[in-house]
Amino acid sequence: MIGLLILAVYVAIFFVSFLVVRFLVRRTTQDYTSLKTVTFGDESAVTSNRVASIVSVVTIFLIWGSFTGSNWVPGFLHAPGPFVGETSFTYTLETEDGTRDDATVHVRVFDFGETAQKFDVDEGDGIAKDDAVAMSASRSTTILFDKNDEVKRSDGARVVAIDGVEFNGSRRVKSPAGSFSLTDKGAISFAPPRGLQMEPIWLPPPEAVVSRAVEISNEGYRDSTLWKHLGYSLFRVILGFFFGALLGIPLGYAMGLSDWFRGWFEPIVEFMRPVPPLALIPLVIIWFGIGETGKIILLFLASLWIMAIAARAGVSGVNISKVHAAYSLGASKFQIMRYVIMPNSLPEIFTGARVAMGVCWGTVVAAELVAASEGAGMMIMVASKFQLTDIVLMGIILIGVIGFAIDILMSKAENLLVPWKGRS
Amino acid sequence: MSTLSIENISMRFDLPNGTHVQALKDVSLELNTGELLSVLGPSGCGKTTLLNIVAGFLAPTEGQIILNGHTVTGPDAERGMVFQQGALFEWMDVRENVSFGPRMKGQNEAQWGAHVDHLLDVTGLGDFKDKAIYELSGGMQQRVALARCLANDPDVILMDEPLGALDALTREKMQGLVLKLWKETGKTIILITHSVEEAILLGERLLVMAPRPGRIHKEYNLPFADMGVGADLREVKQAEGYAETREEILEMIWDMEEEIMGRSEDTK
Ligand SMILES: Nc1ncnc2c1ncn2[C@@H]1O[C@H](COP(=O)(O)OP(=O)(O)OP(=O)(O)O)[C@@H](O)[C@H]1O
Ligand SMILES: [Mg+2]
Repeated sequence: MIGLLILAVYVAIFFVSFLVVRFLVRRTTQDYTSLKTVTFGDESAVTSNRVASIVSVVTIFLIWGSFTGSNWVPGFLHAPGPFVGETSFTYTLETEDGTRDDATVHVRVFDFGETAQKFDVDEGDGIAKDDAVAMSASRSTTILFDKNDEVKRSDGARVVAIDGVEFNGSRRVKSPAGSFSLTDKGAISFAPPRGLQMEPIWLPPPEAVVSRAVEISNEGYRDSTLWKHLGYSLFRVILGFFFGALLGIPLGYAMGLSDWFRGWFEPIVEFMRPVPPLALIPLVIIWFGIGETGKIILLFLASLWIMAIAARAGVSGVNISKVHAAYSLGASKFQIMRYVIMPNSLPEIFTGARVAMGVCWGTVVAAELVAASEGAGMMIMVASKFQLTDIVLMGIILIGVIGFAIDILMSKAENLLVPWKGRS
Repeated sequence: MSTLSIENISMRFDLPNGTHVQALKDVSLELNTGELLSVLGPSGCGKTTLLNIVAGFLAPTEGQIILNGHTVTGPDAERGMVFQQGALFEWMDVRENVSFGPRMKGQNEAQWGAHVDHLLDVTGLGDFKDKAIYELSGGMQQRVALARCLANDPDVILMDEPLGALDALTREKMQGLVLKLWKETGKTIILITHSVEEAILLGERLLVMAPRPGRIHKEYNLPFADMGVGADLREVKQAEGYAETREEILEMIWDMEEEIMGRSEDTK
């Protein structure tokens, strides 16, 4: 239900901001590209709209904040929260011989994070006595109303009405205090209004995630600071990728240049390529344990095939005219290798490196989820066991941000080192 | 006097399905130093194959190529090649491309610098020395290819449709440039083209080839290349005999193409 509501809000913001931006921003800016008359299907004419990107990110945080009751989002934007505070309701007890008596149940609902403290009330008179119940927000509680009553359920007493509404427990009844039903044994099950906000153990508000990030980067979690955890993961990725490239690129070159090498390694490469690195984790743990060696070997294997295939494609993709031209300009085989085939393969190798880095980053997190004593994946795995959703969320966000940053760095390096890519 | 002799060249491609293509049959030709030969012929008549054999990229099934008294066995710096497109090195700038040959021979900049810069000026690339290849227009790229070939100082220059990808105006300018460089350097040139006009304007000698099997159909000796050096090529086209030669060759190639079409229609 809440999921659908969030989706509806999201779609609404999408369209509203689109219309607003169309009418406000487009009116005031007139750049050259907007003068194009034919843009449909012209891929180069579709660049990403910065305003849309910003609104998109803000929207996510806004929805996140408003459905978690974040302090960062002004109160009027909050989704209705769960009931917190004091409330009460009356129940009507009927004994076996038909006598009825009312009693009031005083309920104190404590906010998320507070401990529900028991309290006492004056029991009043009659056969049914008043009760005091303490509970947490957004939960339901079972009220054993007859603990202090003169006639118990075991004596045949039962609840017949709540707040004056006749009620036999076969269906839920609602009153301003909340909703009620009866358990199989006749106890009252009571839930105050839940509102539309998420409980922190499902989705903590953004500020909780940030303060947790600050706390962990200062004090650490599981013997290592946040930076150490992320550093471990990055270190594994870089080392694994480095060795993968170190062996994979020469292997790819050899496969591109020699039929013996190609014949020898093709079955191995073609077999290993479709095996997802994650499927190797169990074997790597059996062989190398959960230490660094195993993880680096896993990442090495994840990047090796990608780099070998990229280098092979780079070599075989050389335009034969270039090789012919170099030959008739008097270049030797070695010179053609050094000055034509190697530089010509760089764009392919860069594409491979970008893919390999992405795969390695995903694989290291997954490997740490399974077994590790530090690392980003281990951090969120352990946190999830203790239902520390804020750490889990923080970990996921940081993993995404770092993966994104790696990709941007790789594409910047690509533009710098192989500027001719895709332009020949 | 060094000559290029093409002696009884035949080329047969065996196809994987067991059949074969006779791309060239018994082609013989003698070329003197400094001659410019243009080659015309319908598509698939073996022009590129012939050029690749002369360049040394392909070994003929029969016959041999003799240049300066020795048999051609593979590619060599004495035979330069200008491709239609895509043969420049994108990872080098214009000057590095043009100086590629000398650099591969181990020469240092003191040895090749002046020559390369001169060629860049002659081809009108003086201001684009440090530009990347992908920043140049198609015409400029072909001028780089031409300069790169000349910088290596080959005895024979082989060109396979070097101007084929250019627009008409650029093409005309480049034709003038080819003629100018030919006269200045005195190189032996074989130029393959699909344009009858280009073949007549540039070819001191003109070879028309016929297909299936690829062979020499007719040879012409033409005066227009000499007239065209340093002159307006459009005026050369008004010269006596030009129009007749063009019509004659066009008709010849038209007939061959028609025959090919007819034959492939029959087999259907
Ligand atoms: N590597 C090869 N394998 C098999 N057949 C080939 C090969 N190269 C060329 N041929 C065949 O040889 C014949 C001559 O080809 P070639 O490329 O020399 O023709 P061309 O005259 O250059 O044609 P175009 O004007 O279209 O460039 C064609 O029938 C072609 O199919
Ligand atoms: Mg050809």
